[in-house]
Amino acid sequence: MGSIKDEVAIIGMGCTQFGERWDKGTEDLAVEAAWEAFEDAGIEKDLIEACYLSTVMSPIIGVGGTIAADSLKLRNIPVIRNENWCTSGHIALLEACMAVASGAFDMVLAIGVEKLKDTGYPGLGTGRGMHPVYEARRTSPGSFALIAQRYFTQYGLSEEEGKETLAKIEVKNHDNGSLCPKAHFHNRITIEQVMKAPIIAWPLGLFDCCGNSDGAACAIITTAKRAKDFRKDPIYLKGFGISADAGLPHFRPDFGWASFEALVTSSHKAYEMAGIKNPREELDLAEVHDCFSITELLIYEDFGFSPRGRAREDVDSGFFTRQGGLPVNIDGGLKCFGHPIGASGLRMTYEVYKQLQGKADLPERQIPDARLGLAHTFGGPPQISAVAIFSNELG
Amino acid sequence: MTSVGIERFGGYLPAFRLDRGLIAESWGRGSLGGERTVANNDEDAVTMAVEAGRNALGDMDKGKVEGLFFATTSPVYKEKMNAALLGAALDLRREIATLDFAHSLRSGTGALKAALDAVGAGSMQTVLVTAADCRLGYPRSDQEQAFGDGAAALLVGPEAGAARFEGAFQVSHEMMDVWRNPEDAFVRTWESRFILGEGFMKHVAEAVEGLLKRMDLTADRVARLILPAPDLRTHKRVVKRLGFNPETQVSDPLISRVGHCGAAHPLLMLAAALDTAAPGDLLLLAAYGDGTDALLFRAGEKVRERTPRRTLEDFLEQKIMLPSYARFLSYKGIVETVPGEPFRLIPSATVTWRDRNSILRCHGSKCRDCGTLAFPVQRVCYTCNAKDRFDEVRIAEMEGEVFTFTRDNLAGRSDDPVVVQTVAEFGTEKVRFYGMMTDCVPSEIRVGTPVGLTFRRIYEGAGMHNYFWKCRPLRIGGGEV
Repeated sequence: MGSIKDEVAIIGMGCTQFGERWDKGTEDLAVEAAWEAFEDAGIEKDLIEACYLSTVMSPIIGVGGTIAADSLKLRNIPVIRNENWCTSGHIALLEACMAVASGAFDMVLAIGVEKLKDTGYPGLGTGRGMHPVYEARRTSPGSFALIAQRYFTQYGLSEEEGKETLAKIEVKNHDNGSLCPKAHFHNRITIEQVMKAPIIAWPLGLFDCCGNSDGAACAIITTAKRAKDFRKDPIYLKGFGISADAGLPHFRPDFGWASFEALVTSSHKAYEMAGIKNPREELDLAEVHDCFSITELLIYEDFGFSPRGRAREDVDSGFFTRQGGLPVNIDGGLKCFGHPIGASGLRMTYEVYKQLQGKADLPERQIPDARLGLAHTFGGPPQISAVAIFSNELG
Repeated sequence: MTSVGIERFGGYLPAFRLDRGLIAESWGRGSLGGERTVANNDEDAVTMAVEAGRNALGDMDKGKVEGLFFATTSPVYKEKMNAALLGAALDLRREIATLDFAHSLRSGTGALKAALDAVGAGSMQTVLVTAADCRLGYPRSDQEQAFGDGAAALLVGPEAGAARFEGAFQVSHEMMDVWRNPEDAFVRTWESRFILGEGFMKHVAEAVEGLLKRMDLTADRVARLILPAPDLRTHKRVVKRLGFNPETQVSDPLISRVGHCGAAHPLLMLAAALDTAAPGDLLLLAAYGDGTDALLFRAGEKVRERTPRRTLEDFLEQKIMLPSYARFLSYKGIVETVPGEPFRLIPSATVTWRDRNSILRCHGSKCRDCGTLAFPVQRVCYTCNAKDRFDEVRIAEMEGEVFTFTRDNLAGRSDDPVVVQTVAEFGTEKVRFYGMMTDCVPSEIRVGTPVGLTFRRIYEGAGMHNYFWKCRPLRIGGGEV
């Protein structure tokens, strides 16, 4: 397999306030994220040679590249839209990185924007499937709850024990989100609150599910060689992996539901490119796809952060908290930012970018001497996973 | 005339029951007593007929079936062959005669008589006759309490192992007694003294007496009088008038525990009578509706052998009580509850047509190279990647277990918000199926719960009903939703 390790760098990023942005439309959000990135990179918009856009629903469907072209007034350059469920943002970013690495373009914009709050309903609900019959009434919480039920069964956890483990993940993420100004939710929660919250799809309750928000995030990518012409602290792409499992997991013969090949292979491809042998020890932070609490638990194991079947022990010991051995979702994750689908991958990358630059918005949430960070999204029924690893150093 | 009659038989009752006391209480009226069956909100006349048909056919070679008749007064489409949909869901072969019989409470017996005649005339060897109904009485009416939902199927053929057809007597009579205009949701009736006296009583008596006379029989020779009636009092009166012994000769009219299931009721009662008949028994069936069809059968030597997979008693035993009259009103579409989240899948006639073997016939694909069985049909094998090397296998009759599930509060209808999303493994090859669970008490489902598959509606959209298969617990009962 090829590698583009140390070939491209992010030289500017922007991220909007996430939340219920009733008074801002899709285009406002795109402008807000893009101009922060232009200012951060210290470049004029006219330097952008290509744009990779990630949006899934905005405004409803079928928008091509027009959202970015119209709102940012991009003229006579390619605007390439990516729609890959929840991984759309990361895949747009990685497409932009590959475009620069290929030499086709020198300066590329990757932008993810999603306006969920124009749809009129509060949840990531029904009818999101691709097949009008086989996926009728399949919901996101429902599909991930199937994983939780099976994980509990496979590892012999009672519903109480399983739910409590998941609750600890959400308590951690809310604690992190409480310190993150751009997050949608800033409330700290208790295990008891999580356990007693209304059920969305058993065993997942309200606090096990990410919020529904509006938001946009944006990155400007150039070659590693030119990066320091624009800023002294560019962030380099060290490795990436994208995997799509074959087939809707629901119908897949023998599928175990407590681990996903796409998670295992995408992360390990990224580790290999980045030269990481022991992610648990080497990574300084990870932003992973906590669309639901169970997803984060599964990722701990599939990514090799925890031994198979034993992520619970690391949750109990606080290994993934801000002060732990490997802080995960230090900005509060999807749990506190909500999940404007097309924007999330870039938003997570924004947190990694800022942490690696030592520029977290509040000093109390800055990870000291962060050098290597991972950002990840996982989407679909689910079956598609995208991982990107960044560092503030070459080599 | 060659021998002709019933080879196999089976009824079907939906899982839900409504205590008539709940209806009565809501309107401050007296209860007719007992309970009525209520089709689930994903059931209709076709899905119930599919269940009855599967029950009757059992494990027989379905390639033998040459005709499929379907009778109802509540067709799912006013224009479009309901029997064609039924034939696909039953996975009958394509080269068969299909026909809908409709518009009358006698359409069930009419379809049965037509099948007996066709087989008798030698134009077809084996015909599956199905009937199903879910009629509505006006809210607060007696009919609302008295009606039930149900289905039955009889396989008509020359072997007549279960019951031989002996003869018939039919009377046609025009009067406005019970009717529905094309735009009506509810059944209309004229004054009951008139319709019972001049309609039901008179014509049932005329047909039963006419048949006995034609067959040179007296009432005492009949082992079982199978006589659907609008209510228990009328049933008693007509039995007495005809001189049958209510204690020993008369089939339960299935009012107190089921309710009158319209066009299906005569066939359902006949199937129930065959459940318990002894070889040689004479069974007299008389169905009323603008006249009367009276049919005489003699139970065959194989009536005991060929018991259906589920008897009427099995269905009566396995039930879930509806908690309220309000739930009944919403299930029947009489009241519309607060709209839920908009359902965003767009049904497509082309998709359903292209994938009909999986969606309607419930076929999976079994790889010729490695043997992997997958559902729905896969062109490229999951396991060995062989392309287009598979045989189609119907999985609908397999039994399985829940592999994982969730009680999803976001997925359901606004009146019924919880959907038990289910991944189950079926058969010895553990083929995976994903879908909704139906006819269940959601809190009772566990990993490992034994399940079967049933043909149901999945949602309404684009002016079509959209059907697919769902999981259903093999054992239902006890709980309340």
